Amino acid sequence: MSLLWDMVKAFLVGGAICAVVQIFIDKTALTPARILVCLVTLGVVLGAIGVYKPFIDFAGCGASVPLTGFGATLAEGVRKAVDERGLIGALTGGLAGSAGGIAAAIFFGYFFALVFRSKPRD
Amino acid sequence: MNVDKQTYKKYVASRAPASPLVKDMFLAFVTGGAICAFAEGLYNFYLFIKIEEETVRTLVPVTIVFLASLSTGLGVFDSLAKFAGAGTLVPITGFSNAVISPALDDKSEGLVMGVGAKMFTISGPVIVYGVISSVIYGVIYWLMGVLL
Repeated sequence: MSLLWDMVKAFLVGGAICAVVQIFIDKTALTPARILVCLVTLGVVLGAIGVYKPFIDFAGCGASVPLTGFGATLAEGVRKAVDERGLIGALTGGLAGSAGGIAAAIFFGYFFALVFRSKPRD
Repeated sequence: MNVDKQTYKKYVASRAPASPLVKDMFLAFVTGGAICAFAEGLYNFYLFIKIEEETVRTLVPVTIVFLASLSTGLGVFDSLAKFAGAGTLVPITGFSNAVISPALDDKSEGLVMGVGAKMFTISGPVIVYGVISSVIYGVIYWLMGVLL
């Protein structure tokens, strides 16, 4: 069954990426913010040199949902925009390609931040 | 007591509990894998109900971001993140959580400088570095097209 196989691939690949990053969390002093920045930049680089797209073709959401996929989306958007509009595409393509995710994070984040109260942490 | 920085660092390292790397990696693998597998299922579901693939590609991260924001608001996300580690940080859920968490915590500072500004304390750098590297790539890509 292809759906099951797709989900297994996504599970294994996405899980593997997370497990590798966990090594950096445990063994280095990198803060979560730095890790996220590294992942998104790595994703742009991998997307730029063309290795991330085949990776997404294979693993689907296992490759696109981790933040490296977000970076690859930026690179992909830029490439498309440069193809269509020339140099100005370098400025317009990235955010256009990832606009949905960013706007959703801002909108839902704002909305739920108003609705809920912060929970005390132990 | 007079200790220099190095000695203190060593002391802290020796007293800190050894982080069980294998267990942490396993938990990150399972939770991160589960989030990605769920996203994949969602992707196929959206395609199944005849939504265009181009739209689905945006709709899936949007749905995940919605769920991550909601569960952060409910306080569920943090309890999960505590043991999931990279498992919830690395998927887009981590980005989403990074947007809403500081906004929730500093709500008391007001809607503009509290919620509005604090949303970007962690996610801001992510967007900044993502955009900068993608612009650099775009310029290189354009130059290659012009010169080659």
